Amino acid sequence: MTYLPKPKLHHPKLPTNELGFTRRDYEGSISTLCAGCGHDSISAAIVHACFELSLPPHRIAKLSGIGCSSKTPTYFLGNSHGFNSVHGRMPSVLTGANLANRDLIYLGVSGDGDSASIGLGQFAHSIRRGVNMVYIVENNGVYGLTKGQFSATADKGARNKRGLANLDEPIDLIGMALQLGATYIGRGFSGDKAQLVPLIKGALTHKGAAFIDCISPCVAFNNHVGSTKSFDYVREHNAAVNFLDVIEGRDEIVVDHAPGTVEVVRQHDGSLLKLRKIARDYDPTDRIAAMNFLQQHQARGEIVTGLLYVDPDADDLHGYLDTAEKPFNQMTDAELCPGTTALEKLNAALR
Amino acid sequence: MRPLEAVNDFVVKFANVNGSGSASANQLFAKSILRMGVPATPRNIFPSNIQGLPTWYEVRVSEANHLGARGGTDLMVAMNPQTWDQDLKSIEPGGYLFYDSTRPLPPSKFRSDITVIGMPLTAICNAEYTDSRQRQLFKNIIYVGALSALLDIDPAVLETLIGEQFKAKEKLIDVNIHALHLGRDYALQNLACPIGLRVRKADAIGDRIFIEGNAAAGLGAVYGGATVCAWYPITPSTSLAEGFTRYCNRYRVDKETGKKRFAIVQAEDELASIGMVIGAAWNGARAFTATSGPGISLMQEFIGLAHFAEIPAVIFDVQRAGPSTGMPTRTQQCDVLTAAYASHGDTKHVLLFPEDPHECFEMSALAFDLADRLQTPVFVLLDLDIGMNERLCAPFRWDDNRRMDRGKVMTAEDLEAGRDFGRYLDVDGDGIPYRTYPGTHPTRGAFFTRGTSRDRYARYTEEGAAYQDNMERLLRKFDTAKTLVPRPIRRAAAEPTRLGAIYYGSSSAAMDEAVSLLAGQGIALDTLRVRGFPFHEDVRRFVSDHDQVFVVEQNRDAQLRTLLITEEEFDPAKLSRVLHYDGSPITARFIAGRIAETVSSLKIVPLRKAVP
Repeated sequence: MTYLPKPKLHHPKLPTNELGFTRRDYEGSISTLCAGCGHDSISAAIVHACFELSLPPHRIAKLSGIGCSSKTPTYFLGNSHGFNSVHGRMPSVLTGANLANRDLIYLGVSGDGDSASIGLGQFAHSIRRGVNMVYIVENNGVYGLTKGQFSATADKGARNKRGLANLDEPIDLIGMALQLGATYIGRGFSGDKAQLVPLIKGALTHKGAAFIDCISPCVAFNNHVGSTKSFDYVREHNAAVNFLDVIEGRDEIVVDHAPGTVEVVRQHDGSLLKLRKIARDYDPTDRIAAMNFLQQHQARGEIVTGLLYVDPDADDLHGYLDTAEKPFNQMTDAELCPGTTALEKLNAALR
Repeated sequence: MRPLEAVNDFVVKFANVNGSGSASANQLFAKSILRMGVPATPRNIFPSNIQGLPTWYEVRVSEANHLGARGGTDLMVAMNPQTWDQDLKSIEPGGYLFYDSTRPLPPSKFRSDITVIGMPLTAICNAEYTDSRQRQLFKNIIYVGALSALLDIDPAVLETLIGEQFKAKEKLIDVNIHALHLGRDYALQNLACPIGLRVRKADAIGDRIFIEGNAAAGLGAVYGGATVCAWYPITPSTSLAEGFTRYCNRYRVDKETGKKRFAIVQAEDELASIGMVIGAAWNGARAFTATSGPGISLMQEFIGLAHFAEIPAVIFDVQRAGPSTGMPTRTQQCDVLTAAYASHGDTKHVLLFPEDPHECFEMSALAFDLADRLQTPVFVLLDLDIGMNERLCAPFRWDDNRRMDRGKVMTAEDLEAGRDFGRYLDVDGDGIPYRTYPGTHPTRGAFFTRGTSRDRYARYTEEGAAYQDNMERLLRKFDTAKTLVPRPIRRAAAEPTRLGAIYYGSSSAAMDEAVSLLAGQGIALDTLRVRGFPFHEDVRRFVSDHDQVFVVEQNRDAQLRTLLITEEEFDPAKLSRVLHYDGSPITARFIAGRIAETVSSLKIVPLRKAVP
């Protein structure tokens, strides 16, 4: 297999964003995943979200681990630096990258094997540190590249393609993210782009650890009857709590819905998260209520989707460490090296 | 048996109970000797424990500047009943035993060939203090006071040191000085002072400083421009990250805003530590981790990624005795091979071997330049002996004209000007390609970093030729490294000789002394101190200049010797093993003994040619 460049030609009337880029400028090379793979829809949603937010592509760093999902960063944002790191270890690499330059946007892409099995520890610790990032898990419940073994998010009793049932309890990454202190948590479905794009946009504008669990059926190994991560199953059990709109700038928004059906959350950067409520009693700023709600619905076999939790005033790792505003990777000798005078003084104190 | 007599040349060993507060009193003792102008080298021999287990503090006093461990004890300060028997046994014939005589011991508990000095320390403390913690803490200062009388240490020097130590807590000065004199006065009145071992004022220190290797390496990282430190606590490396933290807080906090020009993350494990280092370095910051052997084992996969994806990383490995958990508080040089070839696949890494805190500082700062220049992981191999013990060494030096060597980094201007950018393209023939930091240019210079194979323009490929091309370039790069790592240091014997010795790292002080011991026995030995890997061509020259070369190491399997044979294809018969690996620091007596033994056996048993 070789690198497949995508033709650069596009329709001359393709719309451009504030930076003059077309959607095509946010694409990568041609996907080598299976035709119909849910992951490709997520890549398309990322392209869409970055285009709509007019983000300069080169100011985004995309990092991943190993697996089908971790291959996807090649297929979007071709003008961004990418890093396909080690299986299950994207979170630590992203954390280090973020420390080096706080001015870029960090997009971590992972899968259920990468984050819930081999990388569960790194997933957990990057979340609890509050690394400013968008962490997307493309969750299909199986290992695709090694041909269909269950991953740690597969539901107990779910059947694989050969009909064998999964014996282990599933790991609920959303529940863990809530417990560990992620400050923006959403669950999407690769089959619902209209819901997913704003979820990603909200995460990109959020300061702090933003986590999105995106159910993304594996057409090759986990889309059959008996699977709980198939397109049909997810559509039938999808319980969306809200529908999100991300509004940039500080324009007043007009609420044109019945009272109590729309909630507006203003984030740190001034962007507004407009939430059209579907579950009337769901408050996405109440972490403990969100935990209860999710547990109750999960027990009923429902897959709760939407913006599940947000702390609009969240801080991040740089804030906790009180680091300088200037990125470390741009600091000069004068800013970093104390020089001979200090060293002489130190030598004297060591005699 | 005549009691030992020596001025400025003896070994004192303190046998204490861990957690009893003896460390600062013992350090005070060592420093007082240094302040009298006499070189003293302390070594902590401590258990993997916080409270209750035996711990020792050994001070070698040597006006002749022998800073290595000597072996044997001339004066034992036996403060731990648990280890009485072994402590008693370790005293040299004619040596001295100082002990707490509050509780009488039967004569069978002593030796007749040593001088026994009993002092009722507990009784003195109980009479003076009512608080139990005070009784314990001041007992230590009291014995230091008594030792000052027994060894003729200037009490004014001790008083000055106490004043310096408690500068911030002034009320503690007087009480400590009081305890010091309590011990000193008792000794002067009741014991035969001084004994045969004495400290006499000298001028043998010069401008040298006294510091731990780990602290020095942490300082070197500050001077080297490191901004990201990710680490996981592990003995004996912990104090390196703590040293970096301390110096960063002193030198890298903005005076106006209070903002920090550094980030230190205590990671969840060593995998995350090295992952963060690689992420930060990929993004253009200087980053490091500090660990020990078990941590290196955990980092293997990531080290291979950094090697193959060509990302700078600085790894301090403060070695301890392995394998497995091994002896976590004992020293060894046992990670040479694991570091040199860390990870799966064909990998080789740059290694640096500091000999003392001075070089820990220098090589620490240098490691960041090398890592950036070579775009690869660089290991600094310290060990517990130099890492966790204070050592007399040359003062730190810096040149204010020195600038960080960030290596081959393409700027936005380069890219804008249309310079061809191939991430794995060998433009200059030295095997080192150019890199870009993320976010440099809107449309040029972005590439995908991966551990899977790719072509010269960083495009994914599984083509054999492209893979091999890349692997061969990595070898060329490693050849370039040979010219950049610190050169070995060669020292010629006073007379021409066909015998040589190669050594490295913390064996240095013992080796220097062994050379003079051997010269006294008529064995002339040229030496070569290896300071880096890949080996500089001087190593080859040294081996070919000699008939027999001893490779002196602190591990069981002769790891550097293996590396020499593998990489340089030396004749194994030419390289003799001198191996010390019981967890204690190597001594001159050991090295000289082994070499003398081999030399005499070589002379007695003639080499027979195999009969065809």
